[in-house]
Amino acid sequence: MTTETTHETDIVGRGNRDGAQLFRDWFAELGQTAEKGDQSAYVFVMGSMNEILKTFDLPVVFPEINSLQTAVRRVAGDFLSEAEDYGYSPDICGYVKADVSVQLRGGEHPMGRIPKPSIAVLTNACNTYVKWAEIWERMHGCPMFTLDVPGTRQAGTQTWPGDPDFENDRRYVQKQTQELIALCEKVTGKKFDIDKFREILGYANAMSVGWKRVIEANKATPAPFNALTDGTIFLGVANGFRGTKEGADYFNDLVEEMEYKAANGIGALAEEIYRLVFIGVPCYPIFRRFNELFSEWGGSFINSTYLWFASGGSNLGFEYDLNKPLESFAEGTLISVRDAMDSMFHQDRMLVDMVDEYAVDGIVYHPIKSCRTVSTGLADSRGYFATKKDVPSLFVESDMMDSRVISEAQMKNRIDAFFEGLASRKQQAAIAGKEG
Amino acid sequence: MSVFNEWRDQPLDEIMYHCRELVEDTNFPTIKRWREQGGKTLGHFQVYFPEELAHAAGLMPIKMCGTMLEPNNADSHFGSYLCSIIKTSLEAALSGGIELDVFVSHPICDAARNLAAIFGRNFDYPCQILYLPQNPNSSESANWLRDEYNRMRRLIEGVVGHEISDEAIARSIDVFNENRSLMRELYDIKRETPWLVTADEAYALVAIGGMIPREEHNELLVAVLPMLRERETRQEDRIRVVFEGAFCEQPPLDLIRMLGRTCYVVDDDFLVGMRYILEDIPATDDPVFALAEAYIEQSSYSPVQHDNRKPKEDMLLKRIKGSEADAAIVAAAKMCEPGLEEQVAYIHMLDEEDIPYFVSEFEENMSSFDQLELQIETFLENILFA
Repeated sequence: MTTETTHETDIVGRGNRDGAQLFRDWFAELGQTAEKGDQSAYVFVMGSMNEILKTFDLPVVFPEINSLQTAVRRVAGDFLSEAEDYGYSPDICGYVKADVSVQLRGGEHPMGRIPKPSIAVLTNACNTYVKWAEIWERMHGCPMFTLDVPGTRQAGTQTWPGDPDFENDRRYVQKQTQELIALCEKVTGKKFDIDKFREILGYANAMSVGWKRVIEANKATPAPFNALTDGTIFLGVANGFRGTKEGADYFNDLVEEMEYKAANGIGALAEEIYRLVFIGVPCYPIFRRFNELFSEWGGSFINSTYLWFASGGSNLGFEYDLNKPLESFAEGTLISVRDAMDSMFHQDRMLVDMVDEYAVDGIVYHPIKSCRTVSTGLADSRGYFATKKDVPSLFVESDMMDSRVISEAQMKNRIDAFFEGLASRKQQAAIAGKEG
Repeated sequence: MSVFNEWRDQPLDEIMYHCRELVEDTNFPTIKRWREQGGKTLGHFQVYFPEELAHAAGLMPIKMCGTMLEPNNADSHFGSYLCSIIKTSLEAALSGGIELDVFVSHPICDAARNLAAIFGRNFDYPCQILYLPQNPNSSESANWLRDEYNRMRRLIEGVVGHEISDEAIARSIDVFNENRSLMRELYDIKRETPWLVTADEAYALVAIGGMIPREEHNELLVAVLPMLRERETRQEDRIRVVFEGAFCEQPPLDLIRMLGRTCYVVDDDFLVGMRYILEDIPATDDPVFALAEAYIEQSSYSPVQHDNRKPKEDMLLKRIKGSEADAAIVAAAKMCEPGLEEQVAYIHMLDEEDIPYFVSEFEENMSSFDQLELQIETFLENILFA
């Protein structure tokens, strides 16, 4: 065995292996927290405020991740039914309902026991966050804190530091951050440690920079990772371990792996024929199968808006200024969470900017019943994108939790037809190339 | 300029007929008349918008709260699993029924927060989000909101081509203070003497305010309220009911009429955004701050805003007790996630308080109420003969 081969064996696939291990460790720790009755914070992926909560040593629980795990493990149906029996409509977000059942079961979850919340922290990036946290407020009597992050008012009108409108928003976010810190002090009985906060921001910086580089590594052909399947593992670490040394180390390693694979032509697919961008939230109830419906045709997901918005906008790679931690945290939160929202509401513009750079062959829009934040504008956005770029797209509806609204056969028909169109298009382009 | 004159010099029943007709008219004649006379319009989606800012600029604020139109043009812009109001509000604009110079929406829910982007991809006029604080408990929220309102003020100034002075905004606040006061009086009549005004009449009288200049609305209410008080309608032995769940999408007028036939709707959240500010906004040197502060400190509630001071179930209980209602109809528009989520909390509270309630879903375009009427009658009879 050559040194090169050994290195390749060590490095290729490390992100998935280590990510899975970190996940198991995280849930084991949450289980211990639950057993001991210790404090925890419930947070969400778009603006988790992990940097502040970690400063207070609060273990973080991401109920969105807990819920999607029930779907991936194919037990979501029981959880959804229980919440519906409790009174929640079939038309309510499946994540919310699965979590309601977890709460009703005293934290029982397929990955271990989930502790009760001592505090719920959320942003306004998704309105269901607010309604969801209100449920915990009622069930557990815990305080909920909504950090209100004003987003883009109109496509293309984002403001930046120095602009009076931006500064107004930043003041608001910074004041709320200080109010959140005061609330955490009250809940935990601990004083805020600015030096610890600064250290945590440093780790978060490393992760954001790493996340951006990882995503950019997929400009390579073939793309080194699958944005839908591998990307979801990376995303889990990006959220759960934000602001930690383990998270920073993981992303340093991940950058190394992806850049190694890109440099050596190692792709996520053995034979990458079509480079696809995924728009929306994955179809977790048939997570692997959904991807296979594309990979069987040589379709590889090389990017995804999910990697953008579900990382809270970390894909921007914003780095906090450690000399001005509170001011910079407010600025970073404002810019990053705003970008996460833009990835959902104005992604058409982002796609126009990136399809050439990533050599995209097709776009897959996946609106889902459960998430109106992500799904409401997709049909319109698709129509707009079609007027700007000659890139084929597929529009396939299902859900991220509820297998009752997923028809795999119907989905396969549409996906097959999409690839037949892509194949014909490639053929025609090849013929035109020869004739030209 | 005047856009709604059909009611003038008419007896009460005739006035109410014209009001109901206008509310259901999908040709939006008053908006067309306004524009034919050179007027500009700002359409704002549910729930609340500080209309004084548009009014002070000479724009007519139009409440975009869905219509009875079939979304033939709008359907292709949306996927499945969405409420109707999202689609029909876009339809009203795409079909040319409502022509606008500015469109504003608010991130009230996951679906609606997409609307400004969707409008923006389809129309050339400014289509913006106005952020209203989702953290009204922050000590900075009123200051921030003042600046956000001033940002909106600058946008509107760009549309009308002139400055909006503080004095003009103060004058508009006066007009709207009068308007809100008149609507409060209408609701007093509903609560105190519900037999004098039917549910659909009260609804139409409020809804019209969203489609005509507010001065005209004031004129209408000033004329109608005394007529209502003088009405010689006999009190009947009916159950007093609060209707909750119409903070955004509105039930069709026929459904409200059906309710009015079966019970006294003594309070509700129909078009609550028009009545969101509960008291007169005081005259100050900084009228924009006064507007912002009123939103934070003097406002009603709805499922789409969290305020630590206003747990929704407590607010509903207050509404029920304040109107001496016997029961509640806890409704939600189909596919309305915040409404459906709030239903669960409401129901648990009503169970604890032992208050009878009826749970239902509606859609603005529904046209058959026979089954619903039967169910509600049965529910009410159970209370009446318990």
